Amino acid sequence: MPDGSFSHPQQRQFNPYTENGGTILAIAGKDFSVIAGDTRQSEGYSIQTRYAPKVFRLTDRAVLAVNGFAADGNMFVKKVQQRLEWYRHAHAKDMPLGAIARLIQTMLYGRRFFPYYVYNILGGIEEDGTGAVYSFDPVGSYEREACRAAGAAQSLVQPFLDNQIYFKNQQAPAGQSHPLHLPLSDVLAIVIDSFTSATERHIEVGDGLEIYVVLTKGRPTQDLEGYRGVKELTTRPDGDRVFLIQRELKKD
Amino acid sequence: MFRNTYDSDNTVFSPQGRLHQVEYALEAVKQGSAAVGLRSKTHAILLALKRSSGELASYQQKMYRIDDHVGIAIAGLTSDARVLSNFMRQQAMSSRMLFNRPIPVNRLVSSIADKAQVNTQEYGRRPYGVGFLVIGGDKTGPHLYEFSPSGNSYEYYAMSIGARSQSAKTYLEKHFDSFADCELEDLIRHGLHALRETLQQDKELTINNTSIGIIGPGGNHEKAIPPEAPFRILEGEEIDVYLKMMVPKESADAPATAPPPVAPEGGESAVAQPPAGGDEDVQMQE
Amino acid sequence: MDHFPLSWGRPRNDALDAFNTYPMHKRPTHHDTFADGVQRTQQPIVTGTSVLAIKYKDGIMMAADTLASYGSLARFKSIQRLHTVGSSTVLGASGDLSDFQYIQSLMEDLIIEEHTAGDHHELGPAEIHEYLAQVLYSRRTKMDPLWNSLVVGGRKDSKNFLAYVDLLGTTYSSSSIATGYGAYIAVPLLRNAVDGRENTLTEEEARKIIVDCMRVLFYRDARSLNKFQISTVTDAGVTISEPIQLETTWSFAEGIRGYGAQTQ
Repeated sequence: MPDGSFSHPQQRQFNPYTENGGTILAIAGKDFSVIAGDTRQSEGYSIQTRYAPKVFRLTDRAVLAVNGFAADGNMFVKKVQQRLEWYRHAHAKDMPLGAIARLIQTMLYGRRFFPYYVYNILGGIEEDGTGAVYSFDPVGSYEREACRAAGAAQSLVQPFLDNQIYFKNQQAPAGQSHPLHLPLSDVLAIVIDSFTSATERHIEVGDGLEIYVVLTKGRPTQDLEGYRGVKELTTRPDGDRVFLIQRELKKD
Repeated sequence: MFRNTYDSDNTVFSPQGRLHQVEYALEAVKQGSAAVGLRSKTHAILLALKRSSGELASYQQKMYRIDDHVGIAIAGLTSDARVLSNFMRQQAMSSRMLFNRPIPVNRLVSSIADKAQVNTQEYGRRPYGVGFLVIGGDKTGPHLYEFSPSGNSYEYYAMSIGARSQSAKTYLEKHFDSFADCELEDLIRHGLHALRETLQQDKELTINNTSIGIIGPGGNHEKAIPPEAPFRILEGEEIDVYLKMMVPKESADAPATAPPPVAPEGGESAVAQPPAGGDEDVQMQE
Repeated sequence: MDHFPLSWGRPRNDALDAFNTYPMHKRPTHHDTFADGVQRTQQPIVTGTSVLAIKYKDGIMMAADTLASYGSLARFKSIQRLHTVGSSTVLGASGDLSDFQYIQSLMEDLIIEEHTAGDHHELGPAEIHEYLAQVLYSRRTKMDPLWNSLVVGGRKDSKNFLAYVDLLGTTYSSSSIATGYGAYIAVPLLRNAVDGRENTLTEEEARKIIVDCMRVLFYRDARSLNKFQISTVTDAGVTISEPIQLETTWSFAEGIRGYGAQTQ
């Protein structure tokens, strides 16, 4: 045939995926956890909206950030939330963080052969009161870490975090060692710097920044009070607490 | 126990036009300990009496959360209640999944009423042996519904179900005019007074045997209720403050008539007589 | 079976698309028409182009032209692409118009069911949008997409709502939204005019913005028409205008090489 259609097998397929840009990151402290994401949603070179949240409060001690294909991400978060609701019905309490992490892994792997095209980062407080970050790949491999960046600007942000959180390529002052955990104010500064830098250098990052801070039960809050517009999202008294800080990022 | 001729199959009417199996199911609701529901302009509340099988045992669960905006109190077979409440939870969550909207309370109640009706008509089934009081809040304010195994559901200003609920009903009928403008605390007090009417003599409401369910803004004695004010169940020490607000029975504010020793309704009096020395409100008459 | 007309066999030259129904380089080239038992939508056939929508002070405004294209053929020139759903929502569609008609019937069913409940819990624009997102996402998950980009706008309880959902189930909301070529050509103009003024723009100002964008689109988008409808949703309810004919000027084309009569 003149169009060469018989020379090789034809494939015609509807592509069920797209990529919606944006970046997320989370850092665990000793008695807190910080989970952040930008709010731009894009497809190709078009900015679809300047405000589409990628970070979601699941419980008073767990926050989930989702990045990749936005439709999969939103659906996945909704399904996780409904599973957590059933857990509340059955046990009259919130699911612990480690259990949520395992739940997310089974839900992701359940779609191993038609994956949710999303990178998940789960942050919050463990039952022993320590801050924790769990990161996942789209089919459910996961591990607990001290910090993780994912999404469009992962390759820009993760090396920065390796340097600032894990002190990679840094020499400790003579006779001293690097601190095991950073204070909350340092972590928040690193998060904000990460996103302003990623906004400068990556076209898919920008517009707005949402930072969730989860504090372990009974932890003082004075190092949060300095921040403008901190909003508390906690629903139950006398437990772990969730706060939200919103910031603008450059919109160009 | 006496038997009727036309009662072995719920799909067969008796010559009087009655479905005996359905009426027996309504009796099963009366075997359960009482639950009371009432409503003001701002709140809908549930109060229930929990039974315990003995000094060493825990108390039964009388209230279930269905969603942030809906809760129920049950009287009758707990196992049937679990099936139905799970169904209600599924309905509520599917509304949130499909429309991102809290399910309208009336539709939720209708959905279980429809389910119950099927069991009164199809061969080989039995009616549910449980009744619900459902409270919920939506755009049109707080609501109170009763669901019964016959497949009926009605909305009420105030209602009671379960053992000796007629006594509570008498109290509610006398006072419901004033409920609309009540503060939450007054509403709870009325509810406790009504619930108290269902008690056996020498029994009283305690923090152990009473549950309170609330829809509406947080009250003066509640702490840290978020602005969305989701359905909540108060139990144990939390309700002590409300029990203490109750007016002792002998006082003027108490029901006009002394609580009747036997419920006025003929049918109920037969089952409302506790066996001598029995701990429970009602025992099945063999 | 294969519903794509070009695959039904062509009388003469296979290399030539006589009807110009599809961009030539993208033309499907398989020929085993009846190989598949069930054929799913692989590509849109009769299509609508951009939908534009913005928020303004008293509600939302949406516009779409009335053209239904068959490839590059302007096949139907009086097709309405704006659809009222309930009493506070309007739905605009670009993409495959048969899929849109199916969606319209879904909306009708939904509203009838809602109406029969008769309890004054009407579905608003936010609920309609969530429902459509669930439908489109579940269809894409079945690899059987409804090939549309939809814009849902409305006003309920004095709150404006404007959001998008497409064949992949991707959703977002924004104070100005455009689909198709409008996303490239109109969105910059709309954002310029609307952002930060959602609560002050009057209906007249909103209308001017929309009409200007529709004019630009007509000049630039070869699959568009200078006949379109404008819909508003306010507290007073939903309106969809009669088709509006745009005044356009083409005299400048005389001076463009390749358009007008060439002198050399």
